[in-house]
Amino acid sequence: MKVLVPVKSVAQIDGEPLLDGAAEVSPDLLEWRLNEWDEFALEAALRLVEGDGGEVVVVTVGQEEAEEGLLACLAKGADRAVRIWDPALAGADPLAVAGLLARLATEEQPDLILGGVQSSDSGNAATAVALAGLLDLPRVAVVAGIELDGDQLTVERELDGGAIEVLRLRTPALLTVQTGINEPRYATLRAIKQAKAKPLATLGPAELGTDAAAALALAGSRTVALAMPERGEGATMIDGPPSAIAGRIAEIVTAEVGS
Amino acid sequence: MTARGVLVFGIVDDGQLRPATAELIGAGKALADDGAGPLTVALLGAVTDAHGEAVDRAGVEEILLVSSPEPSFEAHVAEAALAALIESRRPSVVLAGHTVDSLGFAPALAARAGLGFATDVSGIGWGEDGASARRGAYAERLTAELDFPGRETVLLLLREGAFEPATAAGSAPVSRLDLDLAGAARTELVERRTPPAGDVDITTADFLLSIGRGVEDEEQVAKLEEIAAKIGATLSVSRPLVDAGWVPSDRQVGQSGRTVAPKVYLALGISGAVQHLAGISAAKTIIAVNSDPDAPIFAAAHYGAVADLFEVATELQQQLG
Repeated sequence: MKVLVPVKSVAQIDGEPLLDGAAEVSPDLLEWRLNEWDEFALEAALRLVEGDGGEVVVVTVGQEEAEEGLLACLAKGADRAVRIWDPALAGADPLAVAGLLARLATEEQPDLILGGVQSSDSGNAATAVALAGLLDLPRVAVVAGIELDGDQLTVERELDGGAIEVLRLRTPALLTVQTGINEPRYATLRAIKQAKAKPLATLGPAELGTDAAAALALAGSRTVALAMPERGEGATMIDGPPSAIAGRIAEIVTAEVGS
Repeated sequence: MTARGVLVFGIVDDGQLRPATAELIGAGKALADDGAGPLTVALLGAVTDAHGEAVDRAGVEEILLVSSPEPSFEAHVAEAALAALIESRRPSVVLAGHTVDSLGFAPALAARAGLGFATDVSGIGWGEDGASARRGAYAERLTAELDFPGRETVLLLLREGAFEPATAAGSAPVSRLDLDLAGAARTELVERRTPPAGDVDITTADFLLSIGRGVEDEEQVAKLEEIAAKIGATLSVSRPLVDAGWVPSDRQVGQSGRTVAPKVYLALGISGAVQHLAGISAAKTIIAVNSDPDAPIFAAAHYGAVADLFEVATELQQQLG
C-alpha cells in the first residue's frame, strides 16, 4: 500500500506588507510553516500504513524553505519526500501545482492520495481535487473519517452544520482530509535527527517531462494585483487595562441584552 | 472578449435548494448587466417545477432542470453534469457556491476542462478583457485581484453571504434538460447522519461567550464555561477547540458548525477565519478580544480590544457576575 501525501508550506506575513499594486509580497516578509490541514492528512496516511504496511511519500511544490516542512513529515514517519521546484513557479495557482503533482503521481502510482482540505494561506481548497480530476480518480472532499478494508474505502464526508455523510468508494482514490480527523503525532528528537537521513529528492519540471512555462499554462487564474482589504468601519477599539475593557464590555452587554 | 452568457449552477440536495442560490443569481445578473451575456440557471438533483419557480428571478432568461440519477448530491455526477452543460452552451462565466459540495467536483472539472477558475470569490466583474474576480490572500490579510487570460469559460465559486441575493420575481421559461448521467457516480451513499441535539442550543442564545484557539488548555475551557454561566452567557467555540476534543461539536460556530444570531457575540481568542465569520454574520453586536492586533476578527467586530482574553474574562466575571 502506497499513500501519497501532497503537502504545502504556507506563508504567513510577518509585519506590514508594502504593496503598491504589486502582485506578490516580498519574500523577506514571509514566514513558512507546514499547512495545518496537511498535518492531519499525513497522520491519516501514517495510520493506514502502520495498519496494513506500505509506504508514505510526501510531495510538495515549493521553494527551498519548504524542505523544513518535508523534514518534519519525515520525522513523523513518512518514508520519502519529493520537492518539485523551479523559481518560475513562485505564485503558481492550484491548477498549475496540480498539473505537476499529477506527473509525479503518474510515476509513483499510489493506491491512495491524501491531501488537506485547504491551505491556511490561500484557502483555495482546490489543489487536491484538481489532481484527482487530472488523474481521473474517484475522490471525496472534506473527509472526517477513513476506514480501509482491502481496496474498499468507507469515509465520512463532512457536510455543513456538523452533519456527516458515509460514502463507499474503491482505491485508487483521493481524499481531502479535514482538521480534527485524528490527533497528529509529534516527532521525537531522535526521529527529527534521523529524518535527515531519509530520502528527499528535488525535482525540476524537466525531470517530470515538462517545463515551468508549460506547467504554468495550466493555471486557472492570474493574480493581477494584491491590495489591503477594504475594512469598512472596523471595530471601535477599547483601550486600557483589562478592568477597563471588561467595564466597557459589561456596559455594552447590559445595554444590548439587559441584565 | 465575446460575451456568451452566464450560467448559474445550483444543486438540489435531498429536495432542498441551497438558499445561497439566490446570491449566485444576484451575482450572475450583475455580470449580465455589465455585458457578459444572457443569464441561465441550471439546477441539478431531484428537481421539481417548484425548484424552477424558486429560481425564477428578474434577469434570468432561461431555467434548465437537470435530473440526477442519484437521490442526493454526488460529486462525480455533478462534475459530469456541469461538464456537459459547459460543453454544449460554452458560457463565458459559470457561478457556483463555495460549498463543501462544490469542493468535491469543481476543481476536478476546472483542471480537466482547462477552465479559468477561482474559489472563495468575494467580488466579480466583467469588462473588455472578460471576467475578473477578487478573493482573499495570505490568510485574508490581503485581497487578490484575478483575471483569466485566454480562458473561454471561467468557473467561479462564490463565497456565501458576499453577494446580494436576487429577490425580484422573473418570468423565465423553464425546461427539462436530459443529460446522460447514468454510471457517472463513483461513490456509494451508505447513510447520512445529523448531529445529535446537545443539551444546549447556541442558535437561540442572546449572549454568547465564544472562545477559540487563544485558549491554551482544557482547564481554561472549564474555567471560561464557569465564567460564562456566571455572567449569563452561553459558551460557544470555534472549530479548533472541537478538533482538540475539548468541547462537543454542538457548541461550534461557523460554516461547519452552527449559524448563530445572538444580541451580543463576545469572541475571546478567536482569530476570525472566514469559516468562522460565516456563522456570525447575523449577530447584532460583535465584541472581539484578542492578543493579536492583526487578527481578522477585528475587521468583522463592532468593538475590539487587544488584550489577554483570560484577564478580561476574569474581570468581566467580577463586574457582571
